Amino acid sequence: MVSLVIVGATGAFLFWYARPALKAAGWWGFFVHSIWNPSAGRFGVGGLLIGTIMIAAVALLVAVPIALSTALFINEYAPPRLRRALVGVVDLLAALPSLIFGMWAIFALEPHIAGIAKWFSEHLSALPFFQLTDQSALLVKSTFEAGVVVGIMIIPIITSVSRDVMSQVPREQCEGALALGGSRWGMIRDVVLPFGRSGIVGATLLGFGRALGETIAVALVISLVFAPQPHVLQSGSGSIAALIATQFGEANAQARSGLVAAGLALFIVTLIVNMVARIIVNRAAKRGGSRIARITVAEAVDDMGI
Amino acid sequence: MSVDEANLQEIGVLEPDACDALIPSGAAKLDAQNVSAWFGRKKVLEGVSLVMEPGKVTALIGPSGCGKSTFLRILNRMHEVIPGAAVGGTIMLDELDIYDDQVSPTRVRKRIGMVFQKPNPFPSMSIEQNVLSGLRLSGATSDNRRELVEDSLQRAGLWNEVRNRLGEFGGSLSGGQQQRLCIARALAVKPRVLLMDEPCSALDPISTGVIEDTIRELAEDVTIVIVTHNMQQAQRVSNNCAFFLIEDEGAAGRMIESGPTKALFEDPQDMRTAGYVHGRFG
Amino acid sequence: MSHQVITLPGAGHADVLSVTHADEPKRPRSWSRRDVVELLLSAVAAAGATGTLFVIMDWRSLVAATIWWFLLFVVIYRIEVGANHGPIVAADRMMTATIAAGGLICFALLVWIVSFVIGKGLPALRPGFFTQDLSKVGPLNPGGGALHAIIGTLEQVGIATAVVVPLAILTAVYLHEMKGRMAPLIRFIVDAMSGLPSIVAGLLVYTIWILQFHRGFSGMAGAVALVVLMLPTVTRTSEEILRTIDDGLRESALALGAPQWRVIARVVLPTARSGLVTAAILGVARGVGETAPMILTAFGSPKTNLSPVTSPQSDLPLFVWSLIRQPNATQIERAWTGALILVFLVLALFTIARVLGEASFGRSRR
Repeated sequence: MVSLVIVGATGAFLFWYARPALKAAGWWGFFVHSIWNPSAGRFGVGGLLIGTIMIAAVALLVAVPIALSTALFINEYAPPRLRRALVGVVDLLAALPSLIFGMWAIFALEPHIAGIAKWFSEHLSALPFFQLTDQSALLVKSTFEAGVVVGIMIIPIITSVSRDVMSQVPREQCEGALALGGSRWGMIRDVVLPFGRSGIVGATLLGFGRALGETIAVALVISLVFAPQPHVLQSGSGSIAALIATQFGEANAQARSGLVAAGLALFIVTLIVNMVARIIVNRAAKRGGSRIARITVAEAVDDMGI
Repeated sequence: MSVDEANLQEIGVLEPDACDALIPSGAAKLDAQNVSAWFGRKKVLEGVSLVMEPGKVTALIGPSGCGKSTFLRILNRMHEVIPGAAVGGTIMLDELDIYDDQVSPTRVRKRIGMVFQKPNPFPSMSIEQNVLSGLRLSGATSDNRRELVEDSLQRAGLWNEVRNRLGEFGGSLSGGQQQRLCIARALAVKPRVLLMDEPCSALDPISTGVIEDTIRELAEDVTIVIVTHNMQQAQRVSNNCAFFLIEDEGAAGRMIESGPTKALFEDPQDMRTAGYVHGRFG
Repeated sequence: MSHQVITLPGAGHADVLSVTHADEPKRPRSWSRRDVVELLLSAVAAAGATGTLFVIMDWRSLVAATIWWFLLFVVIYRIEVGANHGPIVAADRMMTATIAAGGLICFALLVWIVSFVIGKGLPALRPGFFTQDLSKVGPLNPGGGALHAIIGTLEQVGIATAVVVPLAILTAVYLHEMKGRMAPLIRFIVDAMSGLPSIVAGLLVYTIWILQFHRGFSGMAGAVALVVLMLPTVTRTSEEILRTIDDGLRESALALGAPQWRVIARVVLPTARSGLVTAAILGVARGVGETAPMILTAFGSPKTNLSPVTSPQSDLPLFVWSLIRQPNATQIERAWTGALILVFLVLALFTIARVLGEASFGRSRR
């Protein structure tokens, strides 16, 4: 497959320059260990990889409810003028640079995050993620804070793809639900959402992929640590992209090689996530057609039966 | 609570969770008085008055585009789903004005069911779930779901064919079977009137025949109003008929004549009715 | 005037007095006055409860209070509607409120972010900001400006746009109009590129252009990175624009005997012109704000560097990025002003694109 070759070529370039660092750290060790000491030739982005995924996971938790509601509201509830306005709002949110989100997060959002995190740590401490290592721990510059910001940033893509998928639901099924005495929510629950289910999953994955690669906002918000940090409310988090962005300026050749290797890791992960997401979304978009095909075939067979 | 509400409550339209036993069952009378319809500013239906008798089948016939389907959709308040749609006149379901401010459309649609031209079973649900879907959507309850499923499918003439595969998905059935599934689904909420919008036009002749038999059997318990292009079908299944027509292009549809089917076809009063039923246009 | 029905009670006759004006269309409204009253009552009740909690628990955060208010409102509303209308309507109304809240949150966030940036950036905005750079000014001294950054952005984005727009339009034409054999492959590449994290794109340009070709950091390298990032966006949007053009147009041109290339050049593209311009503008809006790849390619510099090819060059995002991370009020203030310019640019481009888009296609397709 030629496409794989092209993707492979991209990876190859990164790989080439990542070689020195990878050699020093050990091929496997690079991805598993958590340490960053370029001068000593010790590299390990394992912890950062986990941190990146955790931030993206929190981002999903924040984004999906809001994005799905917004998508439903735009498609099913809003009158035409409000719909256009809200689509514009979502598009504008997507257009704002990551830098702006990061700056807003530090200066405007952070004070509130501390309060919310405190509440979580006090009332939801049964869940291991919400525990703190000690009571006076700093509750900002955490995975949670980064997750919230990144979550806001991925709302537009999840909203937009979900809207596309859900707008393809056949009108006659929606009418069928209403004609049975269903309310608008009943119709959404029993017709629109089941129809859009796999598309929404695809949209979520796309958002996840985008969240994994988010650099600047995360770099501004978190205080970077290399070890995996399970306490999401506490200061200290990991992100490969943030590592590259913050370390690049001052790094020597060896360190830069390490950064390239880190970028390679990120590249592979996001590529896989995005490909899976695209497949799911494309499959969902074609669903309507295949069902009609099935009906016609069944009917043809049936004609000879009954 | 006002007097109106008390009345509506007794009929079981306004009160939540009213047990089905309290609601009068059996076929109801639909009385349309001077009904008009608009899409935005365009008037598409003009002054239709028609009584659809309980326990009988009333067919709406006429060339396409005359407002028959629009009229049908007004009867169960589906017309207003379209943005910009408006209605004039009164529709009485027995003694209830279905367009009254106090009455919500979902309640009306629970009493007045609809089967569409293109079969539309819910693809994400199994056959059994499809039949029961109306319960969930309209908030009705049932003591014995199994029985309800069997009963509805029997009445729709589909039970024998699917009794062993209730768990299969609705999409695996043929067109005729799907339509009967939709009928069963509509019947499961025990409507008092069933509206059918050209239910057989997308089906083959054999399925059509089965559904026509079903219609005749159902009519005792459920008043049926059916829109059809097929004059022979109208003669086969209906007791009463109403003929719709558009006079000029861009004008609103009107009902020209109505009456017992036999009389309408054998001895139409109006010249235009005669023209249509004798196949001179349409 | 609406029509009136007076329905009399149960036992016995139903006196139906119907005064109908058949010429007066009646539009059944889904939200009657009663419904609105119910909504407001719940909202007020929830506000009262939240206010009490606020005082008792000595909260400080407005955001927290809002979250609590909303939760209480939904619960109270559900109960109230449930008591009046039954569970189906109650669930429906509650979900309506919840879903509407989602949309409202998006709007509120946007307003918050934009107004915050304006609030922070506006005070320090002065004419000198546009005419000076940071080469002669120390971190603590006042004065200085973003001239070098503005020039950098103009050059880098300008070069990138000049490359991307023709390339993207050609690709879109190839994909949609000519439907060439390589189309699925190209589409796959475009899709894959669009999911590329911006920092990885920067790394790519770093390894290939800067290391492999030994070019060194420069504005040009930054422009190359921007091309990689802008291309998929503009291509995709362009293809969508082409898709909205009625096939009948193409067919009638072909039927008149025009060869395909001429149909594309003289008929399709001119018709799509404003849509394509919109696509280009949206691509530019994206390019203007990219920071991460620029760190690795243009690298940044405090001096005004007019040449994009020889040495590191700054641009607006790099300007802000380098300043905001310093623990110094003057620097941070400068950063905010730069951010303001950035936001203003993006907003302006976006608005122009939207106005153009709606003007040419009437109602937006979405």
